[in-house]
Amino acid sequence: MTAEQKKHLAVLAAIWAALIFAPYWMPLFGGYTALGTRVLAIGLGAMSVNFLLGFTGVLSFGHAAWFGLGAYGAGLCIKWIALSTPLGLLAGTLVGGIAGGLLGALLVRRRGIYFAMVTIAFGQVFYYIAFQWGSLTGGDDGLRGFARQPLHLGFATVDILGNSTAFYYFMLVCFACAVGLMGFILRSPFGHTMIAIRENERRARFLGIAVEFHIWIAFTLSCFFMAFSGALYAMVNNFADPRMLHYSLSGDFVIMAVMGGMRTFWGPLLGAVVFVVLQDYISSVTVNWMSFIGLMIVAIVLFFPRGLLGLLRQRKAA
Amino acid sequence: MKNPVLSLTTDRRTVLKGAAAAGALQIASPFVVPVWAADNLKIGICNPLTGTYAAPGKNEQTGCQLAADQINAKGGILGRKIELLIEDSTSGDAGTAVQKTRKLIDRDHVNFLVGNVNSALAQAMAQVSNEKGVLHIVPGGHTDPITGTDCKWNVFRVCNTTRMEANSICPLLFKTYGKKWHFITPDYAFGHTLYQGCEANLKKLGGTVTGNELTPLGITDFSAYLIKARAANPDVLVVLVQGNDMVNCLKQISQFGIDKQIHVAGTQQELESVEAMPPEARVGVWMFEWYWKQAAGTAGLDQFIADIRKRSGGKVPTARTWFGYVTIHAYALACAKAKSIEAKAVAKALSDMELPPEVKLQPNKVYFRGGDHQLMLSAFIGQLNTKGDGDPENLFKVNSIVAGESIAPSIAETGCKMQMPA
Amino acid sequence: MTDLLLFNATNGLIIGAFYALMAIGLSLILNLSNVINFAHGGFLVIGAYLSYTLTPYLGFWGALIVAPFLTAAIGLIVERLLIRRVYGRDPLYSLLLTFGLAFIIEDGTRQIWGALGKPTSIPAFLSKPLSYQFFFITGYRLFMVAIVVLAIALLFVLLRYTRAGIRVRAGTLDLETVAALGINIRTLRSLNFAIGIFLAGLAGALASGQLGLEPTMGDGLLMPSFIAIIVGGVGSLTGTLLGGLMIGVATGLTAVVFPSASDAIMYVIMAVVLLVRPRGLLGEEGMLT
Repeated sequence: MTAEQKKHLAVLAAIWAALIFAPYWMPLFGGYTALGTRVLAIGLGAMSVNFLLGFTGVLSFGHAAWFGLGAYGAGLCIKWIALSTPLGLLAGTLVGGIAGGLLGALLVRRRGIYFAMVTIAFGQVFYYIAFQWGSLTGGDDGLRGFARQPLHLGFATVDILGNSTAFYYFMLVCFACAVGLMGFILRSPFGHTMIAIRENERRARFLGIAVEFHIWIAFTLSCFFMAFSGALYAMVNNFADPRMLHYSLSGDFVIMAVMGGMRTFWGPLLGAVVFVVLQDYISSVTVNWMSFIGLMIVAIVLFFPRGLLGLLRQRKAA
Repeated sequence: MKNPVLSLTTDRRTVLKGAAAAGALQIASPFVVPVWAADNLKIGICNPLTGTYAAPGKNEQTGCQLAADQINAKGGILGRKIELLIEDSTSGDAGTAVQKTRKLIDRDHVNFLVGNVNSALAQAMAQVSNEKGVLHIVPGGHTDPITGTDCKWNVFRVCNTTRMEANSICPLLFKTYGKKWHFITPDYAFGHTLYQGCEANLKKLGGTVTGNELTPLGITDFSAYLIKARAANPDVLVVLVQGNDMVNCLKQISQFGIDKQIHVAGTQQELESVEAMPPEARVGVWMFEWYWKQAAGTAGLDQFIADIRKRSGGKVPTARTWFGYVTIHAYALACAKAKSIEAKAVAKALSDMELPPEVKLQPNKVYFRGGDHQLMLSAFIGQLNTKGDGDPENLFKVNSIVAGESIAPSIAETGCKMQMPA
Repeated sequence: MTDLLLFNATNGLIIGAFYALMAIGLSLILNLSNVINFAHGGFLVIGAYLSYTLTPYLGFWGALIVAPFLTAAIGLIVERLLIRRVYGRDPLYSLLLTFGLAFIIEDGTRQIWGALGKPTSIPAFLSKPLSYQFFFITGYRLFMVAIVVLAIALLFVLLRYTRAGIRVRAGTLDLETVAALGINIRTLRSLNFAIGIFLAGLAGALASGQLGLEPTMGDGLLMPSFIAIIVGGVGSLTGTLLGGLMIGVATGLTAVVFPSASDAIMYVIMAVVLLVRPRGLLGEEGMLT
């Protein structure tokens, strides 16, 4: 094992250690377990956006739509179909992922700004539907009346509803599975194709790669991950509302990915940690938190476009 | 290629230093939880301070702060001082509102929760407060289920329900203006229940609905709906939209001259909206949940107005200010009555508790009904002042103050089946 | 019924003209500089608040003329300090930058003018309907349309017949060649941005007469502008104009038959256009792909 690989493993181990022991070290810094759970769900969302943005080079600014669809799917499933958390998660993931796949086929020929604008507009369509179809979604009041159900594992029952620590670990397990799958895909030949397309689309085309098809697959996969994170997020608050589909949330995810480092794997998670914690903290301190967040975004775009992890890498390289 | 990278980093470093210095002025270390005096009673206020509901949210907070200061001046609750922990719930992001609620309860260990202006957020917060068994009063969230089908043992509400609003003003409108009504209703849960309440009242009185225009929330142009309304030739145009929609709608009503041909009225009106209207748009008959200009002799009113003027840069208190004021005082009174701050005991003390004159600031009996935890507050019915009546602050002329008891639906009608904890 | 439809169609054109004003400003900035200005609604709000603040000193008309210029000046400063740095980079960055800027503007206006809505008045002679019987149009709406038509006509004249305008149009098609021809594209971009923001400020000054003036008033106007551009075709100003009018008329007519869908109809139109003619009505193939 080379030094590089060893360092890589050490970093990975550090990240997982921090995540696993979070409920214990967070309160020392004024954090609370519910914050950690929320960060995980949103972090997964940011990583899903990055799957498309950082690794394929396609900018979707309407990705919150799949997040929200996942949340509503999970909530509706638990509320009306079956009182089962895993089933709810599955339902949410499928709803968001399939919708994304279908719409992706429509959009895949566009690129750049045009693609971004169209994703924004389509995202708003779903926001509007969630808002208006009140009988199904609860409209502006949001979808309530469901709650994450305790897990019956056969040999034991895990009470993820009442026990926030238990829920955190459940979330962590789900997060690990999703992240593992994401990493696997990115390391596969398909993943390398995605990166090739990001680097130079024209050349990839000349090499015989079916660019539109690959982009569509990448888009759909990222939608599935996004929907999964949305379903998890619905479990966090036992609540889903149209705001989860709004383009401002899409923007937040993109910010997190950029802030943490678009071209890195773990960057978006770091970005999500910083963004969520910072927003949580600043909005308690001052009523002008929007200015601070806005300034932070502007500063990142102007001075730290490679994000935090990108900055670290640059320092190492220099 | 070292030099370019170096110069870039230097550039960043300077910026970083400057930003850090500027930021540090406002923010100390983010992770140190401020140490509150361990003895203090913590009250968590999770209300909108940004977005569309920022104005009512701020006013409610002002009322809360006045009440808290008054209580602390008299020694606090059961000998302990009150500390208000204020969080911005945003105007529509339920995820943030719930997050802040959890933070207030889990990390800051508040004894009492206050919020939210936005009905949906209020309900989301109520789910959490109920789960954690923390006493919760909703000052200004109007949707019926909070003290209706979704009523909870730990949740109380100050402002009135859509049904109460409809019941308060419909008989007067029918008697004074006529039986054919046309509605402009915001197309969401609050609007729908408000319309249903008005429709039920109208039918009972023997009137007819000439039409109901459902307007999307946040729509800026009401002309299409106003045209239809005018074509239907009703006696009364009932405007049910709220907030910014209300301002836009009334502005356009006066620009179209509709108020000269049809009587304009509605249910709830808020001083925050009225203050945002130009004089010519201030038309119609409305109901306020509390108004500052009342007949002389209302106990405590002048002092309240003076106190609020000092805190709000000279402005008069609105109904929202009063909601916040009542919320904190009611909690203090209930704790004193129960001689405890334990949630179940305080909830029991709050049920059927009547507000004393210097808190209720109005005639009529005002109390929290035990069966559904709804405050029986009066409805102030009157007319908006187009000319301002010489007093730039007196924008509304109160004609009658109807007792809450008489307009509230029965507990069975609200659908509340209160489940007391074991 | 025909009376109703006629009115609503006319009213729709009026609304559409307003959408077009916003969308054209957005489109100008997008076409030349490849920047999606998420803060366009914020500049509208700035224009509205400025005209409100100036009215006591300059009167309604003075404020209406000066406020857009002031807004454009602010836009110019923003362009020089911030937007200029992201030209040529991935469009992602301009999107994020203006996104963050929108936050700052919303909070800034709330901080300066307060969260409470501000009452705005319009001259008495405009605030009456033209006729109580038929054509239910208020003087102010006609006035708005007149101003919008004037502004857009002036813009087209500017783009067609002045040197700067021709350079902007040329730059939209091929900025590299324009630069190679020795034209200072930095100044060109700044000028273009300022014009776009001027239109937003004008829209704001006009809007405050009819809408409630508060920090979030621009939010509902951003989406229709985007859709107008997508429907009309990216890269074509005439297309954007048509797109805005189309959306306005569609919204107005839908309000007659199916009121709760009047908000959604513009998304339906967008979806149909994307399926049937993805480049938009008057867009050109290959414009910004």
